Amino acid sequence: MGNLIGIGVDSIFVGNILLAYFLGMCSFLAVSRNITTAAGLGVAVVFVMALTTPANWLIYHLLLAPGALAWAGLPQADLSFLKLILFIAQIAAIVQILELIIDRYSPALYTALGVYLPLITVNCAILGVSLFMVERAYSFAETVVYGTGSGVGWCLAILAMAAINKKLRYADVPKGLQGFGLSMIVTGLIAIGFMLFAGVSV
Amino acid sequence: MNGVVARPWAAVKRTASYKEIVKALWKANPISKQILGICSALAVTVQLQTAVVMGLALTLVVACSNLTVSLLRASIPRNIRIIVQVAVIATLVIIADELLKAFLFEVSKQLSVFVGLIITNCIVLGRTEAYAMNNPPGRAFLDGLANGLGYSSVLIGVAFLRELFGSGRLFGYPVIPEAFYAAGYVNNGLLVLAPGAFIMIGLFVWLEHSLLDKD
Repeated sequence: MGNLIGIGVDSIFVGNILLAYFLGMCSFLAVSRNITTAAGLGVAVVFVMALTTPANWLIYHLLLAPGALAWAGLPQADLSFLKLILFIAQIAAIVQILELIIDRYSPALYTALGVYLPLITVNCAILGVSLFMVERAYSFAETVVYGTGSGVGWCLAILAMAAINKKLRYADVPKGLQGFGLSMIVTGLIAIGFMLFAGVSV
Repeated sequence: MNGVVARPWAAVKRTASYKEIVKALWKANPISKQILGICSALAVTVQLQTAVVMGLALTLVVACSNLTVSLLRASIPRNIRIIVQVAVIATLVIIADELLKAFLFEVSKQLSVFVGLIITNCIVLGRTEAYAMNNPPGRAFLDGLANGLGYSSVLIGVAFLRELFGSGRLFGYPVIPEAFYAAGYVNNGLLVLAPGAFIMIGLFVWLEHSLLDKD
């Protein structure tokens, strides 16, 4: 249990998927101009990560891992090289299904998230979390916590960035630094803030 | 005539291919100008070696996927083009990943998931979608090559600074003389950590924008 809490805290703060592993930067930079849209995308990412990471765990451990096909009479088969292409297909499929379900049962949520869901398929944080899950050999329960925690961490980071961007609107920034350069430096400072949690032990 | 013979470079400069390459390398560099593919740019730049290998892998993938998509472009139906492109890219990434594992195992372990993440690197899909779908194979290949090199140049620049000032090494060999350390010089540990990457890229882009705006 303590292990699960540790993974959760680590994936939200110290090992933040955006600030420590640099994943999901493109949409982070593009959508952090405004707090409302940032929150919409953030929630969508939490949703999708919490679903796709365990789903990819199942695919990997039931079909692809070395020896996983023993139930089909193929104990020597090792299909793990297919994980990249199957993971991305699975993510695309889940995002599409999620879009249909949300549209059917909660039109209000659909209007809030709608635009962001398709964008998420190409968000490298989603695929990255699935790949890290394989690399670190997490169990199913750990995977659920890790996927959700990473989503929450990403969401926190984009909210912080959107809030800081709002304050920066009236700042006097040197010409060459405006835009991308400044965003990177601000992100660096946020990352330093998140790293301070490294000393917290649970 | 004299001009052409004496300065063949001037003739080269007028060709469409040359203009495409310069555009991708400098004026519309994928990282610093179009803000694409940042994710991996930050993660693999702690050391020069990983940055160089990552740059090569991406250049290979983007050039070959541009070529393949351009060859197939007449037969790809418009409304499923994205998934066809992703399939082409994913196949090439798997090939690159397996090649790295076979010949550069140590480096491939350090790059960990970032080679796989070339699939979702916006540069690759951006080039196949924006360029290869509408241009002949030769030009598309060159465009991919130039964009890959533009990406690598920023990667290598950032990695050079981070490795030199962060750990006092280049390609893993110590380059800062012992005398400096004896005199009180200290490596900047922040550059090795994640925040250092963000700040370094920010400064790099600032420099590049300031230089370009003067032209």
